[in-house]
Amino acid sequence: MSAADSSLLRPGLLGRATVNVVVAISVLYTLLPVLWLVLASAKTRDALFSSDLLSLSDFSFARNLQDLFAMDGGLYGRWYVNSLLYAVVGAAIGALVSVACGYAFDKYGFRHKEKLFGLVLAAVMVPQTVLALPLYLMASEAGLVNTFWAVFIPVLFNPFGVYLGRIFARGYVPDEVLEAARVDGAGELTTYFRVALRMLGPGLVTVFLFQLTAIWNNFFLPMVMLSDQDLYPVSLGLYQWNSAASVSPEYYPVVIMGSLLAVLPLILAFVLLQRFWRSGLTAGAVK
Amino acid sequence: MTTTIRTRVPAGASPAAAAPSASGPRARRAARRRQLTAAGVLMTPFFVLLVTVFLIPVGTAVYLSFFSDDQPGLGFGPERTVFVGLRSYAAVLTDPTFLGGLGTVALYCLIYIPLMVVGALALALLLDSGVVRLRAFAQLGLFLPHAVPGIIAALIWLYLYTPGISPVIELFAQADVTIDFLGVHTVVPSIVNIALWSNLGYNMVVFYAALQAVPREVIEASVVDGAGPVRTALQVKTPLVRASIVMVSIFTLIWALQLFTEPMLLSQSSPMISSRFSPSMYIYDAAFTRNNYGLAAAASVVLLVCTIALSYGVTRFTSRADVSREAR
Repeated sequence: MSAADSSLLRPGLLGRATVNVVVAISVLYTLLPVLWLVLASAKTRDALFSSDLLSLSDFSFARNLQDLFAMDGGLYGRWYVNSLLYAVVGAAIGALVSVACGYAFDKYGFRHKEKLFGLVLAAVMVPQTVLALPLYLMASEAGLVNTFWAVFIPVLFNPFGVYLGRIFARGYVPDEVLEAARVDGAGELTTYFRVALRMLGPGLVTVFLFQLTAIWNNFFLPMVMLSDQDLYPVSLGLYQWNSAASVSPEYYPVVIMGSLLAVLPLILAFVLLQRFWRSGLTAGAVK
Repeated sequence: MTTTIRTRVPAGASPAAAAPSASGPRARRAARRRQLTAAGVLMTPFFVLLVTVFLIPVGTAVYLSFFSDDQPGLGFGPERTVFVGLRSYAAVLTDPTFLGGLGTVALYCLIYIPLMVVGALALALLLDSGVVRLRAFAQLGLFLPHAVPGIIAALIWLYLYTPGISPVIELFAQADVTIDFLGVHTVVPSIVNIALWSNLGYNMVVFYAALQAVPREVIEASVVDGAGPVRTALQVKTPLVRASIVMVSIFTLIWALQLFTEPMLLSQSSPMISSRFSPSMYIYDAAFTRNNYGLAAAASVVLLVCTIALSYGVTRFTSRADVSREAR
C-alpha cells in the first residue's frame, strides 16, 4: 500500500478500531482450535476429559508421543511414511506432468485445442466420489486393489494444475524465448527442459504445493481402495483410531497427538515455499 | 531478455542448419511437425491419466447406472448383468434417503457459500484497507487452517463439540447455556463451521492477491471523487475483483456438493448423521456397504449432473450480470 492512499483513505479512529477488532476476532477463531490441539496433545487422558487445559500438572507430551509411536505395533510411523510417499512423490510427478501439458497448451497450436482444454477444465468439476466406484472396479480388475498403486496413480491426475500451467507458461515464458531457441537450432523438447522449465519454476512449485495439500488431505480414495492397515495414509489411520476411541478411550490422546504431527509437514511446506506460492496464487486468481 | 536466454540455450544442433532455410515451405512444415511432436510428448502423460482415471471411470459410472446384476433362480446360478434402463435412476430419485441427502447438501450450500464468499472478501478488504496492525501475522493466522488436513479439522472440531472434552461447551455451561452442537438443528451449521474454518483464510488470500493487483490510480481517483473508505471498498474495489469472486464461488460450490469427510467423521459420534447423510455418503454406502453398483452409479451420475448444471448456472448468471453492467 502506497503512502499516498493510506493517508487519504485512512478512516476515523472508531473505524480503525472496529476493523482491528473484527480482524483480531477472526484470527482468534482460526488460531484457537489449533492452540487447543497443541495444549490437548500434552494432556493425559483424564486431564483431557476434565477440560482443564491450562493446568500444567499432568503434562505428558513426551509420554503421549511415545504412546503414539508404540500404539498397535508402531502403525503410526508407517502411516506417516506412506502419507509422505503418496504426497511428496505423487505431487512431484503430478506437477511435472500437469505443467508440461499446460505449457504445450499455451505454446503450440493444433486442431481442437480449445475443445481439449475445455475437457480438462470440465474434469476439475467432477466429484471424486463419482469416480471412486469405477476406479475401484478397474483396480480390482487389474489386481491393484489394496496396493500402493491403487491410491498413488489416481492422485497424479491434476487438471487444475494444467490450467495453472497454461497461465504460468503465458506469464513466465515469453514466446520470443522459444523463437530465439529455434533460431539457434535447439530442439523443442531441449528448449522445454533446459530453458522453459527453469522459468516455470515458481509455477511448478505452486502446482506441487496445491497437489501436496490435496493428496495429504486425501481420505475418500484410500478408504475405498485399502483394507491393509499397513498401506493407510495418516488421514485414514486417524479416522480408524478415532472410531476405535469411542470403545477404548486410550486412543484419544494418541489421536490428538497424531493429528498434531500430521499438521506439521504442510505448515513446513507452506512456510518454506512461501515465496513461490504467493506469486502462484496471484496468477491463478487474477488471470 | 532474449539475448541472455540465447546464450544459455545449449545449441544442440548447429545453429546454421535451421536458420537459412527457415523461410522455405518445406522447412516450415518440418518445423511445424517438430512442434506437434513436442506437443504430443509433453501432453501424452497427462492425457494417459485423463483417459484412465477420468474418462473411463466416468463412462463406467454411466454404463453401470443402466445395468444391474441379477441372480436368476433364487440366487443360485451364475450372476448375469442385465440392462435395466432407467430403473436405477427411478430407485435413486424416489429414495427418500437420497432426496434427504440432496436437501441436506442444498441447505449446507445455502448457509456455507454466502458466508464463505462474503466473509473471505470482507476480511481481504479489511486487510487491504491498510489500517490493520500486524497485517502479516493476521494473514498467516487466518491462513493456518488451510494447512490442517480436512479430516483433522473435523477431528479438532468434533472434540470441541463433544461435551466433557470441549472447553467451548464448558464456557457456555458457566454462563448457564447448554448447547448441543450435534443435535437435529445444529448439525448442519456445525459442519458449515468446520468447512468455514478450514477454507476462510485460503480464500481470503486469493481475494487479497486480487485486490493487490487493483491499480492504485483507480483507488486514488475514487478518493478524489470523495468516496469514503467503505464506499471505495464496496463500490470500487469489489467490482474489480469479480473474476476472483466467481472463481472462489464455483470452487466452493464444487467442493460443497461433494460433502463427505466432515459428516463421515462426525457420524462416528453423532446419531444425527446417518450413513446416507449426503449424496457422496449415499454413493459410498450404496457401493461399498450394500454392494449395489447400479444404484451407486445412478446416484453418482445424478450428483455429477447437479454439479455441472449448478457450476454452469453460476458462470452464466455472473456473465449475464457482466453484460448488464457493461450496458449501463
